This record gives sequence, structure tokens and C-alpha cells, in this order.
Amino acid sequence: MRKCLPLFLLTFLALGSTCFAEDMKVGFVYVSPVGDAGYSYAHDQGRLAVEAMDGVTTSFVESVAEGQDSERVIMNMARKGYDAIFATSYGYMDPMLKVAKDFPKVKFLHCSGYKNAENMANYFGRIYQARYLTGMTAGAMTKSNVLGYVAAFPIPEVIRGINAFTLGAQAVNPDVQVRVVWTKTWYDPATEKEAAKSLLDVGCDVIAQHQDSPGPQEAAQERGAYSVGYNTDMAAFAPKSHLTSAIWNWGPFYTEMVQQIKDGTWKSDFYWYGLDKGIVDISPFGEMVPADVQKTVTDKKAEIASGAYQVFTGPIKDQAGVEKVAAGAVMPDADLLGFNWFVQGVVGTLE
Amino acid sequence: MLHLSAVRRQEPLGWGSCLVFFAALALAFSVSGLLLAMQDKPALDALWLLVHSAFGSGYALEDCLIKAIPIFLCSLGVGLTFRLQIWNIGAEGQFALGAVGATWAALTFPTWPWYALLPTMLLCASLTGSLWGVIPALLRLKLRANEIIVTLMLNYVGILILEYLVYGIWKDPGSFGFPMTSEFVPAAVVARIAGTRLNWGLVICLVIGVLMTVFLRSTRLGYELRACGENVRAARYARMPYAKLVVLVMAVSGALAGWAGFLEASATLGRLQPSIMSGYGYTAIVVAWLANLNPLIIAVASFLLAGLRVGMETLQLDLQIPAAFGAIMEGLILLSVLAGGFFSRYRLHLRRAA
Repeated sequence: MRKCLPLFLLTFLALGSTCFAEDMKVGFVYVSPVGDAGYSYAHDQGRLAVEAMDGVTTSFVESVAEGQDSERVIMNMARKGYDAIFATSYGYMDPMLKVAKDFPKVKFLHCSGYKNAENMANYFGRIYQARYLTGMTAGAMTKSNVLGYVAAFPIPEVIRGINAFTLGAQAVNPDVQVRVVWTKTWYDPATEKEAAKSLLDVGCDVIAQHQDSPGPQEAAQERGAYSVGYNTDMAAFAPKSHLTSAIWNWGPFYTEMVQQIKDGTWKSDFYWYGLDKGIVDISPFGEMVPADVQKTVTDKKAEIASGAYQVFTGPIKDQAGVEKVAAGAVMPDADLLGFNWFVQGVVGTLE
Repeated sequence: MLHLSAVRRQEPLGWGSCLVFFAALALAFSVSGLLLAMQDKPALDALWLLVHSAFGSGYALEDCLIKAIPIFLCSLGVGLTFRLQIWNIGAEGQFALGAVGATWAALTFPTWPWYALLPTMLLCASLTGSLWGVIPALLRLKLRANEIIVTLMLNYVGILILEYLVYGIWKDPGSFGFPMTSEFVPAAVVARIAGTRLNWGLVICLVIGVLMTVFLRSTRLGYELRACGENVRAARYARMPYAKLVVLVMAVSGALAGWAGFLEASATLGRLQPSIMSGYGYTAIVVAWLANLNPLIIAVASFLLAGLRVGMETLQLDLQIPAAFGAIMEGLILLSVLAGGFFSRYRLHLRRAA
């Protein structure tokens, strides 16, 4: 025991010096490693922006499984005196809600879910707006009029993205169809690359993805096809094939939230920002994209950002040709959040 | 010239093997510390923090116990089959099927009181879980199909069945399309032990652990199981019921993994969703070998491994050590303990060559 004592003291000194009591502590929970160059990486870039704020320290736990593990991780942050906790995957919703009830003073922010509490907000970004723009780009560049989409899981977030991409492609090229393959993974480079190859085999000449790995990009480049990335600018992984990416930019939102919590003005709400706040965007175009296509897409981007154009404006038909949204009508957010059908032009099932 | 040779020990090492175990653990920790130091992290502090955050407070102990429950149940099952030299790699799929069985009962009889519903859920989980264990057992006995391959493949089938259900007919209409069943009624949730965050599943673990030990040590079937595991031919010659034992251990193993699935769905998540699958079935195999297939040591090993994983989260949070380091450390511990097992069975002999 006597031998342990110095170690004890050392530990407390070390711990004490790393976190001043005055600083606001903000914790982040990620579902995958931050080195994935994808979804969690994008969130972590947002965290770094928060870290750069005055009087705020941040930390994170990565690769946290949804369910039991996430509840413990979130609870431990609350126990350790974190003032605000961001959890960035939909499976963290129920665990976070449980913890939020036990720690009324801590502010909880959950990404991509739908449950709220007094001290728990949820937030997401309208990445579908960026997807619409990437769809326009892909629709303009395709020769075969068949686009491929490597998708993770048939949940509303992903379905919404596929539909927006398809509508964007159809806006510039009415004959286009989008073929969907489900991988049932978020991050599995080999599986996702194989899925992209299967799409290339059936004649797709642009590959888009809702995956966290650059596997589909690599497959497209190897076959001389085009590709559209997701999460971050994926140009570096496939410079010859990469047209553009639908990207996240969490910094402005995260710093805004943390500043509000610091000032005591924060309120629990459902935050769903898009191009208007710069939370989502598209990455710079590859040099193979002609100037006129770039201009069409950029003009549309300005229109969506200003609110002059809504992506899901009718008429929108489902796969069977039944009109789901009447001409001129705009789908309400509640319907977007629960999107469970494909628009006409998508080839694939929801299983 | 000196000549080094390994000689098989005639007598078990006894307490010496305990020493070997701790030496192996110390080695794994030293290498881990070295790796940390190489990344300019405070190695001693980190290792102390790891131990302290896993076992140093009431909260931490609770967390570890909760996390250890499914690992223990799965591991107890696969450990039993390994004793018979039946290589059940299928706890993951049996866990999935158990969760499916329990969920079926919870969704089908939501009006029942808890004292009827919970036992029914447990029974259904046992049935579906053990079904997933008995299939490979029968295939092995009747068709000589390799159980390693069959159990492994059935894992994928089991998980796909679970996904099919939660993405399809069991999906909660109020979940905005997310793949999850509706929340279980309170009667279908295994309650917490008053005053703690632990659930009554822990008591199930204790009871089944003791029963298993008694079964292996003091019953005829348990003796036959151990005998068949040592030498199948001799055991068969002595007219021991090998085929019956294979089916039995696979059924029990499947049922135990199924219970783990039931407890995770009921007590931890309160519903069924795909993220219930977090690899406990595979962790169980590691734990069973770490524990030398002994039920009591399996309990300890499950708890320690749970502690390692819980502690790693704090290491990430406080010192920003990457999550992958936890996997590296787990691997180091497993490797050195298993390698240490060599010294328990063999004696190094140093002699001068003639």
C-alpha cells in the first residue's frame, strides 16, 4: 500500500493539472474510430473547433457500440462533470435519454434521432441538400444513364439521401436511374468496394455512396468510372474519378451550441440546419466536371441555401408510379424524418 | 554446450500456475506500458487509471458486473462444449436467436404479469438458443459436418434472422423507420436489484455458475463429459453416451447464450434492435480459454475482461488514448496468458549436451 501512495498522488496531480475546474468540459461519443476519414472524422473536426474556443476543453470516446456500452460511456462523462455531451449516432438515443433523466444539469445533444427532453436536444444536418447537388453533377456526367449507390442500412437517413440524389440527377437528366446496393455496414472497406464493383458490373458509370470508407471511390477509379464521395472531401482517395462529395461541416454548429450553453441561453430543441448554415456542403469539383455543369449546380446550391428551392417539392412519385407529393407541395420535415419509400427512378428494394 | 528442452510435467503445477498467470499478466502490462510510453503518454499513470477506473469505485464495479453478465453466460456455454472437444464458435448466433425468442414472447403476450411473462421469455430464449446449438450437433453426428464451420455460418444466419425481423414485421411503427421493435412493456423487463443498477440477471449467473460447477464435479454425466473430452475412443469403449453428450452440451451452450440475448434485450435495451449484437459470442471464446474452461475462473475472467473494456473508455476520455489500444492490450494479455500456459504444462530442462 505504501508503494502505491506516490502513484496515487501522481495520478491525482496529473489528472488535476489536465482539467481546470473553471473550464467548461464538452464530451463527444463516436461510433467509429476518428481516423476513418468519414463520419466520425467529420464530427471530430467539429470538436476541434470547439476545443479552440476559450475556456472550453473537450475529449471524446471513439468506437463506442450502440446500446449498453454507449449508456455507460455517456453516464461516465456525466459523472465526471462534463457540462455538455454530444452523441453522434442514432443508436445512442435511448441510452442518452436514460442518462439525461439522471443528470438534469448536464446538457445532452443527440445526433440523428427524434427524442427530446428538457436537457436533451437532437440535431442533424440536411445532408440531403448536398446529395441533391451531387446527384445533379452525377446526372450530368453519366453516359450510360445508370448511377450506382452503395448504401449502408435501409433507415430514413440513408433512404432520404438516395431519393435526394435521384431527384437531383433527374433534374438535369430525366432518363437516369439509380441502382442501390445495401452493404449493411457503415465502415467495411472491402465489402463496400465489392458492392461498388457489382454496381459497375451492371453498367453504372457513376458510383455514389452512403458509407464511411473510401472503398467505393477506389473501385470506381480502378474501372475508369466516376464517383461521388460522402462525409469528407474524398478526392484524395480517387483523384481521377472523384466528381465531388457531399460533406459535413460541424464546426459552426458545435461552437454555436457550446457558446449558447456557456452563456446560459441554450434551449432543448430539434436543430436541423442545412446549406443555409453551412453545416452541409459539397466539396470542390474534380477538373473533369465541365464549367457549365459546375455553374448549374452552384446556382442551385445558392437557391437551396436561400430557401428559394426545396429539394422535396412535388410532383414526386414512388417506385410504382403513384404520386406521393402533389405538384407544388413540399414534403414536411416529419415525413422526411420517417422516409420509408423510394422515389421513381430508384432501382432496388428497402431490404 | 548447453541444451534446452521442454519436458512435460507429471504433476499439475498447482499454485505455481497462479504465479505463471500473474507473470504473464505483468508481462502484458509492461509491454502495453512501453507502447504507451512510445506515444509520449504517461505509461504508469495510464495503467493505474485503467485499473482504478475499472475496479476503483462502486460505480465502476457495477459497470463491470453489468458488462460481464452476457460475456459470462456465453463463455460458460462455449467452455462446456470445449471440454468435450466440440468447437462451438456459434455463441454469437445463439445469442441472437435467444434475443429473438425472448422478444417474440415479449411482443406476443404483452398483457401477462411479469411472473408469467419473464419465465416465458426465458424459456423461449432457451428453446431458440438451444435449437441453434443442436442443429450443428446433429449435423456433426449424422453427417460428420465440421461443427466449427456450421456454427460459424449459423452465426450469420442467426443475425440475418434478427435483422429481418426488426427491419420487417417487428419494426415499431413509431420509430421513424429505424430498425427496432417497440419498447417492451414493464412486465417484460428484468428488474434492477433494489439500490443498484444491477439487474437480477446477475443472480441467474451466480446460480447457473454454481450448478455448472456441481454438474461437472459431482454428477455421473459430468464425469462422462470430462472423460469423453479427454479421449473419445476410450470413453466410447466404456459405453459412455458420446452422441447424447454432444447434443446435450450444444443445447445447454445455446441456451446459455440465448439467456444472454434475453437479458441484453430485456434488461439493458428494453427492446430488440440490431445493435444488440456486439460480439459477446466471440469474446466468450477468448474468455473460455483464458479461464482454462473452469466455470469459476470463467466468472473471474469475464469480470476482468469487462473491467479492461470499461477502463479503456476512461483511458480514452482522460488521456485520449485511441480505442484500438484496448484491442491491442486485450490481444497482448490473451497471448501472454496462453503462452504462459505452456509453463504450467511443461518444465524447462537445461542440461549439458554430451
